[in-house]
Parts: sequence; structure tokens; C-alpha cells
Amino acid sequence: MTPARWTTLVVALLLVAVAGVMLGTMQLPPGDVLRGLLGQGSLTNVAVVRTLRLPRVVLAMIVGAGLGAAGAALQGATRNGLAEPYLLGVSGGAAVGAVVAVALHAPPALVPVAGFAGALAAIALTLVVARAAGGQGDARIVLMAGVVVGAFANAAIMVALANAQDNVVRGALWWMMGSVSDASWPQVRLAALWVAVGIIVLLALARAIDVLALGEDTAAGLGVRVARVSLSVYVAAALLAAGTVAAAGLVGFIGLLVPHLVRMAGARTHRTIIGAAALAGASLVVAADLIARVARPPAELPLGAVTALIGVPFFLTRLRRLA
Amino acid sequence: MIGFAGVKVRYRGARMRALDDVSLDAPRGRLTAVVGPNGSGKSTLVRALIGQVPLEAGVVTIDGAPVEHRERPALARRLAVVTQREEPAFPLGVREYVGLGRYPHLGLFRGVGVTDTDAIDRAVERTEIRPYLDRAITALSGGEWQRVRLARALAQGGEALVLDEPTTFLDVGHEMAVFELLAQLAGDGQAVLLVSHQLNLVARFAHHMVLMRQGRVVAAGAPAEVMQGRVLETVYDWPLVVTRDPAVGAPTLVPLRARPRG
Repeated sequence: MTPARWTTLVVALLLVAVAGVMLGTMQLPPGDVLRGLLGQGSLTNVAVVRTLRLPRVVLAMIVGAGLGAAGAALQGATRNGLAEPYLLGVSGGAAVGAVVAVALHAPPALVPVAGFAGALAAIALTLVVARAAGGQGDARIVLMAGVVVGAFANAAIMVALANAQDNVVRGALWWMMGSVSDASWPQVRLAALWVAVGIIVLLALARAIDVLALGEDTAAGLGVRVARVSLSVYVAAALLAAGTVAAAGLVGFIGLLVPHLVRMAGARTHRTIIGAAALAGASLVVAADLIARVARPPAELPLGAVTALIGVPFFLTRLRRLA
Repeated sequence: MIGFAGVKVRYRGARMRALDDVSLDAPRGRLTAVVGPNGSGKSTLVRALIGQVPLEAGVVTIDGAPVEHRERPALARRLAVVTQREEPAFPLGVREYVGLGRYPHLGLFRGVGVTDTDAIDRAVERTEIRPYLDRAITALSGGEWQRVRLARALAQGGEALVLDEPTTFLDVGHEMAVFELLAQLAGDGQAVLLVSHQLNLVARFAHHMVLMRQGRVVAAGAPAEVMQGRVLETVYDWPLVVTRDPAVGAPTLVPLRARPRG
């Protein structure tokens, strides 16, 4: 990745973020955005910018950064370009944990903790299923096991909904479709904490992921503790899934799409791939949320539906290339 | 330097042991070669060395000390391995790939330094891969990839080098260059352990040959002792003769045409 490409990524993120604050049911010209940020102008203007639009855009950035980085690391560590938190069932597990926490009226700060527990459980289940199928080291079988576990997580949420109260049903549906529309600053801070920790852990593991991507035997010969590094990547991905899912529900395909885009742009080693995927993921989710808001006003499309509409065709082209 | 003593390995669900009481030594300054038919356990030997298969019995040692797989990075600083197959999942650049040979020397707070770039440069020179440095490893021919992998192992900079069929995809010229390089490395004092199907080249270059069959060591010693027609014929289950190479006088195996079995 050349410095020019890094600059492009940062500029793209800034532009899409400004657009994210400007556009919506109420259009704000750039001047009003600036005045709102500085706390000047009409009270409505300040309120829209500071308490509605800005936290929403920032949350979308955090969610996108977390999903992009998690996808990049999982793809490297599993040596499979289809790996990502959503398809591996990690996000689904986090959603189950989060829904349970909400149904039990847990305080907001505990929701990602429950999500983390759910994500770890999903990973454990995925690895057990893959091992039972005899394909522990085969990334394709791990991935299929993940898809099954994700479907199981969705089913578990559905079953839990069958005799739940209305507000729980609405909350759970919101979780399964993904959204940043209810963003608030406390939520942003909480998600930022989880995502920052996850990304820092992944960056520390980046060089080991480079080696792991060469295959288990070569990695072992280079002194990588294969099982330990893989597990660390999964746990960091679970942190990211928990932080993003607790704040925005299930947003799929970002973790799939973004690492490919940054590799196409010339990112080669995982320190670069993970960093660039975080930036590109942030832009993409802000853009997807923008589409969700402006596509059919005054209604809003679910964010997860928008990212799926973008991601599924991409997934199919990748699948074709792999087959 | 590298020692196997009474090593037994059985893969899960397998009836026969992949390694059955294997003992051998690969000392410093020597080119030690392991030969044998497909499935004789040669690659398992390499995988046992890097801790990728659990040992049922026996011990693998480096300088007499049992290999502790908790100490993987320390081990990797002393011993470089080129495994039989390696299929990169993503298009890394050749330069970055060779640089990964320095992985065991780096830490969270110890980045790439002068020692590392020197080791990489030397490895690139010795394997003559400078022309490909800016290409992607996924865009190399089979022969180029083998040499790039060898460069990565040399960049690792240990005192021992283990190679599992490093010349499989190489033409005669490049294959000879690899054997000459391995002989040089052994001459420099490294312990070189080579797994190969190239019996004739091994017989010319190796100091010590180990012949394996069905997980057991059948014969071991100087090439002239191991290259015995009758033994090789049984081990490879094919008619053959061992003669003297007319040009250099090394023991040379010549396989014969199939004869009716009786």
C-alpha cells in the first residue's frame, strides 16, 4: 500500500462521514453541520448534529472498523477468503448473548460482556462441530460449521422470541437486522472500548497471522504456536463481534468484503491489511447506513439488509473463484 | 545436532505406525539424506521435528536436548525447515515472504533491524532470486517458488536446515545449484538434513544416507554402503541395478524395465 492509497482511505472516510452528518430526513448544508458541531446556530440544528447524526456516524465507523479488522484477521488465520465474523457464526453467538442480556434487563455495559460470552461459545461450538466432521485443520469445513452455528444462533433467537414480550421481540428483531439508528454517546464509548482492544490485539498478532497464512507446517517451522495464535485471533474476533453486535446488531458481509478490497488495493502483510480493512470497513458501514437512511425516506432500511445486498453478490463471485 | 532416538509415530486411525523406532543423527558440517519410497515416513520425520505430530515413543533432540515445543521460537532460530508442500493462501510479495524467515527473531517490540536485512540479502544472493523480489509469490513458476522458499529458510539463519524434497519442480541446472548450495552450507558447518527422491544426486552429495521403508530405517551409512542393488530393489519393489557413474564414479541407480512377475 502506497502512502497515496492510505491517504485515499482516510479522505474517503472523512468525506463519507461528512455526508453522513449532512444527509437524512432533514438535509443540513455544510455550514449548519459546522455550526452544529461547534454548538452554534439553532437548538434543533445543534441537537440534530450532536446528538442524532454524529453519534450515529461515529458508531457506524466503529462497527465498520471492528468488522473489517476481524474479517481480515480471520481470513488470514484460517487461510480462507470467505471467513468473517458473521459467516463463522461468531456474530450470531454474540447476538444470542446480547439478546439474553437484554431480555434479563441487564445494564447496558453488561450487554457486550454477554455478547462476548455468546461469541466464545459459538466459536467453541464451531470448532467442535468441525472436529467432529474430521476437518479441524480444513478451513472450508470450519467455515461450513460456522454457517451452521450462525443459523442455529438465529433459530435460538427466534425460539426465545416465541413467547417473549413485545418490546423484547422488537429489540431482538432490531438485533438480527442490524442498525445504528439508536446510537447514543454512551453506546459509542462502550463500542469504541471493545473495538479498540480487539483491533490492538489483532495488530499485535499481525506478523504471526502472516506466517499462519502460509500453512500450519510452515508456520510451526517458523516458531509459531499454531493452535495458540489461531485461538488468540478467534478470541480477538469475538471481542470485536461482541462490541459491534451489542451496539449495532448483526451487520454481515463487511468483514468478508473489505479485506478483499484492501488486498486488491495492494495490501500484502496483515499489519497493513488489518489497518486498511478497519479504515475501509468504517467508510463502508457509514455509507451503507447513509443508503439505509436516504433510500426510502421517511422509512429506514435495516443496515444489515443493506450490507447483505452489497455483500451477497460479492460473496457469490468469490465463491465462484474458489470453486 | 539433530537427533531422533527410537521415535514412534502413529496417525489417528492408522493401522501401521508412520514411524516405527526411527533413530538417526544429522551432525553439523554434514549433509545427511533420508531416502525411501513414497509413504515410507520421510515427511512424517520432518513433521515430528517441528512438533506437528505427537510422538508415541522416543525423543527428538537438538544438540542432545529434547525438543520442547513450548520453546518454538527459540527452536526456529536454530533450525529452519522447508516442508514438502506449501500453498500460500494470499498473494504476498516475494520480498515480504523471504522476510518472514526472520519471524522467530522478531518480537512485539523488536522490529526488523540491520541483522535481519543482512540475513535476507545474503539468502537472496545465495539462491539467486533477486529478479523476482517484486513479484507476488502466487505468480511464480514451480521452480522459482522452490528457490524462494529455500531463500526464506536461509534468511531464518539457523545452524540447521531441514528440507523435504526441495528440488521436486526444478530442472537439472537449478536442481544442481540447490545441491551445490546445500553442500556449501554443510561445508560452512551447518547441519543439513535432506529428504529426497533423487537417489543418484544424494549419493554424490550426501555424507550420510538413511534408507527408510514403511516407517523403519532399513539401511544407513555412507552412500556406497546404502546404495546396494539388492536392498534398493526390495525397498522400491522394482528391478534395478546399481553401477558406477562413468563420469564421476559415484554409485548410481539404474531402474530396469518391468519384467514378468513369477
